[in-house]
Order: sequence, then structure tokens, then C-alpha cells
Amino acid sequence: MPEMTLIEAVRETLRSEMRRDPDIFMMGEDIGPRGGVFLASEGFVEEFGEDRVINTPLAESSIIGIALGAAVNGMRPVAEIQFADFVWPAINQLVGEAARVRYGTNGGKFAPMTVRVPYGGGVRGGLYHSQSIEVLFAHTPGLQVIAPATPWDARGLLRSAIRSNDPVVFLEHKRTYRLVRGEAPDDDYTEPIGKADIKRAGSDVSLITYGLMLHHSLQAAEMVSQSDGIETEIVDLRTLRPIDAETILDSVSNTGRALIVQEDTGAVSVSSEVSAIIAAEGFFDLDAPVMRVNPPEIPPMPFSPLQEAEYMPSPEKIADAIRRLAEI
Amino acid sequence: MEQTEKPRITATGLVRPVSNGPAPVSQSNNGFDASRVPVLSESLDDSELFRMYRLMLLIRRFEETCGQHYSLGNIRGFLHLYIGQEATGIGAITPLEARDYIVTHYRDHGHAIARGLDTNRIMAEMFGKNTGLSKGKGGSMHIFDAPQRFMGGHAIVGAQLPLAAGIALAQQYMETDVVTMVFFGDGATNQGTFHETLNLASVWQLPVIFFMENNLYGMGSAVGRVRHRGSDFSDAMGAYDVDVVSVDGMDVLAVREATQAAIDQVRAHGSPIFIEAKTFRFVGHSFADPGDQYRDRSEVDLWRRRDPLVTYPKRLLEYGVVTESDLDDLSASVDAEIEAAVEFAMNSPNPDMSEAFDDVYA
Ligand SMILES: Cc1ncc(C[n+]2csc(CCOP(=O)(O)OP(=O)(O)O)c2C)c(N)n1
Repeated sequence: MPEMTLIEAVRETLRSEMRRDPDIFMMGEDIGPRGGVFLASEGFVEEFGEDRVINTPLAESSIIGIALGAAVNGMRPVAEIQFADFVWPAINQLVGEAARVRYGTNGGKFAPMTVRVPYGGGVRGGLYHSQSIEVLFAHTPGLQVIAPATPWDARGLLRSAIRSNDPVVFLEHKRTYRLVRGEAPDDDYTEPIGKADIKRAGSDVSLITYGLMLHHSLQAAEMVSQSDGIETEIVDLRTLRPIDAETILDSVSNTGRALIVQEDTGAVSVSSEVSAIIAAEGFFDLDAPVMRVNPPEIPPMPFSPLQEAEYMPSPEKIADAIRRLAEI
Repeated sequence: MEQTEKPRITATGLVRPVSNGPAPVSQSNNGFDASRVPVLSESLDDSELFRMYRLMLLIRRFEETCGQHYSLGNIRGFLHLYIGQEATGIGAITPLEARDYIVTHYRDHGHAIARGLDTNRIMAEMFGKNTGLSKGKGGSMHIFDAPQRFMGGHAIVGAQLPLAAGIALAQQYMETDVVTMVFFGDGATNQGTFHETLNLASVWQLPVIFFMENNLYGMGSAVGRVRHRGSDFSDAMGAYDVDVVSVDGMDVLAVREATQAAIDQVRAHGSPIFIEAKTFRFVGHSFADPGDQYRDRSEVDLWRRRDPLVTYPKRLLEYGVVTESDLDDLSASVDAEIEAAVEFAMNSPNPDMSEAFDDVYA
């Protein structure tokens, strides 16, 4: 089967969904002739026209708000926020408005909209082009938050997102766009929202992660397998809200040890939530305390290449943590 | 706009040119109206005219050098060059006093150099070194120098506008005559913060100059395609009752003259002014953008023919302010300054990880 990059998987999914359903349209900054800064919609205006590939002014709040308005009237907009760091001006429209439509109308109105958000560091973006913004959305009842890490999952989950009747924040890690290759066939498969996936089987330590850190964790798992014979089971969360407690707890019950790895700072974050789930519902399965690999608590992300490298959890740091946890 | 009558400097006895020749007729969306070019009403002395050229050349060479080091992988991340807009930045910033504030966006190297910040330390910031103005934490988009009242370097489009109004509010509160100048592009006018801040500044009569560098494109979007009233902003302030000055951003003397008058007015009366300088970036939006997908070669060429780094020294020669050999000397001295800055940056240490925790309080 042919392999493709993650950004290609996103692009091909958008293309096939646009072909399938005329109610889908896209909007965002420079997504037209330029195809978006990451080229997710390269060549789309030519195929679908300007009515369905809408170049917007530089106005994030309105991009999301207008997508919402169209969505509650039966369209299926896919909005692009150019970089996750630019989503803050649109917070009210997402957290305040979109998240509450279905609940607030007592099921009378739905908001089938997808907001694609390239996020994450490791690209020398500095303070405003590197942020992990998932927590605010993952905290919000009424939003589905998806963070795929492989082309296969990007394809299957983006399909599910676009077809979902409720709003989705779809996080695409910028560093994975061209770094990660894999199979993502053009048949009509979907992956379920809210379901984690075991990306590596192992019996010694459960490692729970998502996004770019999946790949660093897979490397770390190979390192400790070879050097110490430690076998790590890797749970790729894939969806951050609703979170798949069942898969996490199943894995922990098999290994007795849980390590959570993320690129976002740790305080009040996905890793705190997963820790809480394990503490509350998996406590008696544990042979050691829950451990976390989070970056230091500094505003992400210093520009200086060395400081950025230090900030990002590396395969080496993750491998160290696995070893320490396995020894307890 | 009311303009204060200012004394003419006649020491050299030279008559300065009033306009820069025919204005460009853009095929796309910028029907620049030459009749709005303010008439040069005063003369600056030769040394100041020459200093302005030196700063323009310093920006150009700085930007070209950054581009080279980006290609070599020595500078990383996102790099937005100011090439083509030098006349605007120099004309706008040189008439400010040391006590005045500047706030700007990510296309900030030119503004930093115009302000006279240390070239070595700007360059070191580009390289992410700890001798940089932000100790390597900021990089290209976040040049700060608080003691020089240079308040960044903001990467979120439009986010710097309320900040500038806040600085102006503080100055009004303290009853100073300090002027705050905030730079932004045409793209920023689409953000809510732009409209909110203009309204507040007008209601409260804040001493702030909104300086728009209208380079006709916000990334790949021609301003005329994303703005209802098209690419000309001279009527944009009607809703806010703020005075507007439109100026040819390729003519450094015109920009300087218009800005000086605006500064004088804001200092004297406190009320805000909106300046629109029509200019053009000769290169892509950032280094990742070749800049040729969304604009015609011919449009770029048209503007390049008005390159201020060509037209301005020509005027200086024509009017006898400089000689060819002055220009040669200048070129050599600017090259030396840039070379020294690169050496300083390359030889500076990387910041330590422990320094990443400086200024973290919560
Ligand atoms: C809130 C926000 N949205 C989008 C961006 C991405 N972006 C950076 S610069 C830019 C275009 C800005 O154009 P303009 O204001 O005209 O300034 P210019 O770059 O032309 O100097 C865009 C879309 C951003 N940095 N911040």
C-alpha cells in the first residue's frame, strides 16, 4: 500500500470529503490559491471553486463564528486556524458559543463544524508559533478534541470529525506533517472519536501519550527494549475529549505501571487528567506511582534552539523515565 | 489635520525636491494618488539626511544578511524581511524623540534598526544567542528593548494595538507629552482589536500614532480582496473621527515630513492620528514564501523601480548632499557594521537552560 505524509493524509481526506458532500466547505486565511501555509488545501480552489474554498480576511473570531452560524444552518464547515497560537482571539466563539449550541437549544440545533488547528513545537517557532493549546478545549464540555499522530489516524479521524454533528477541534501537530509517513488508504474507513489505540504492545510499563510525543515515545520504547529488555505498551490517546478511560485502565491493569508523556506543560493538563483517572479507577492495579514526563513550567516556547530542544521531551528523556519507572 | 508651522532650516541653502516623481500606477489594487503626497515644507540638515540613508542601507544589508544566514541554517524559525519598506520605517521613526514609545509587529528588524538599537544585539537575537536583546528567547519576531522604549515585536496580528493604546493612556494619565507610535500592516485592520482600539483612542483622545504600513498584501491576500473599501485607507477613519494622513511610503522625506507633523500635533494636542504609508515588500511574506504566487512579476517590478535604496541616494547626489565617494565609504562602513554584528552573534554563547527559568513567576 502506498505511504503518505500526515499532511498528505489531511489533504486527501479533505479532498475526498469535499467531493462526497457538497454541504462541506472550507474557510481560512490564505487557504485559496496559496493552499494554506502548510498546503493542506493545495489545488482545492481549482477543483472546488472559491465558494467552497473561502479565503477569509485575517479575523479568527469571525472565521469561527461564521463557521458556527453556517453549521447551525445545516452546512458542514471546515475552518482552518493557520497556527494554533492564533486561535485565542476566537476562544469565545468556540468555548463560549459552539460548545453550547446543542445543549443550550435542548437538542434543537447542532453545530457540525470542524476547526483544524496546526499546533505544537519543535519548529523553532518561538513564543507564538509553537503552543500546545489543547487543554482549554479538552476542558470544555461540548467540544470534541482530536489529536491524531499518524496518517492513518489523521485520515480516519478527520472523516469522523467532518461527519460528526457536533463541533470538533482537530489538532494537527506541525512537526508531524512531513516527518511522519504511513499508510492511509483512500477507502472510506473511519476511526471512532473517543477511542484510544494501542500503538505498541508491552507488559512492563504503560505509556500514555498523543501527538508528536507518540513518535518520541515509540523511539524511547525501542531504546529501552534493546538496552534493558523493558517492554513498553504505548497508548495513543488520539482523542483528548472525550477521553478513553477504558483503554487506559485496561493497559494499566496489565502492566501495573503508568507513564504519561506530553509536550504541553503539566499543570492542569491532559497528563493531570489521565493521572486522576488512573488514581481514581486504577489505583489497585498500580505497582508504582504514576509518573509524568512534562516539559518545564515555562511559557512555551523559548526561541533559542538549545532551550527549545531542552523544553521538548526527547526520546532519551522518555527512555530515562521508562527505566526509572520500571525499577520502582 | 492642523499642522504647526515650523521654521525652515536653510543652512545649506538647498531647495529640496518636493516629490519623488511619478507615483506608481499599480495594475492590481493600489491606485496611489500622487496629489496626496505631502509637500516637503522644511529642510533637514545634510547630516540628518545622510544619517537617514545610512540607516536605510543598514536595514537593507541587515535583512539580506539574515536571509543568507537563514539559508545556511544559522538562523531558524520564521523570518519576515523588511526589504522594500525601509523608507517608511526610517521616515516614521527618525523624527521620534528618545522618550517616545514604539510598539510593532513581527516584521520588526527594520523598526529596531531605525530606532538605533544595538545592531549586534539585534543580530544575536536572530541567532537565538544570550547576548540578544531578548536573551534568545524571542528571536526575529520579538525584538524588545524596554530601556529604549521599543516595546516589541508582537507575533499575533493586531495584538499590539491595545497595548500601544494602554501605553498612551498611561502617558495621558501622567500628563507627559510622550507620543506612542504603533506599527501594523493592512492585514491587521481586519482584526477586532483594530476597530476596538481606534474607537477607544478616539473616545479618550489618546496620544498615539497608528502607523499602518500598507504593503498591499497580508501574507498572500491582496488587501482589495479582503477589505470592502479596497486598498486605500484614506477614508478608513470616518467612523472614529481620527485624522488620517496618507503618504508615499517609498519616499523617505515625504514620510518623515508627514510623520513629524503628526508627532507635533499629537504632542501638542494629545489626540490620535492614523498614518497610512503606501509601500511594498519586495520579497515574500516570510522566508517560506517565495512571494510570486499571488502577485504578478510586473507589479513587483513596478515597485522595485521605486526602490528607496536607489531613488534616495540619487536625490542626495543630485542635490549635492553627498558625493559618490561618500556613498562608497558609507557602503563599506555599513558592511563592516553588519559583518561585525554577525561575528558577534556567531561568537556569542547560547543561553543556558537555567536561563529559560528567568522571569518565570507562576
Ligand atoms: C492572529 C493572527 N492571525 C494570523 C497570523 C498569521 N499571519 C502573520 S502575518 C500575517 C499577514 C499580516 O499582514 P499585514 O498585517 O498586512 O502585515 P505585513 O505582513 O504585510 O507586514 C498573517 C496572516 C498571525 N500572526 N496572527
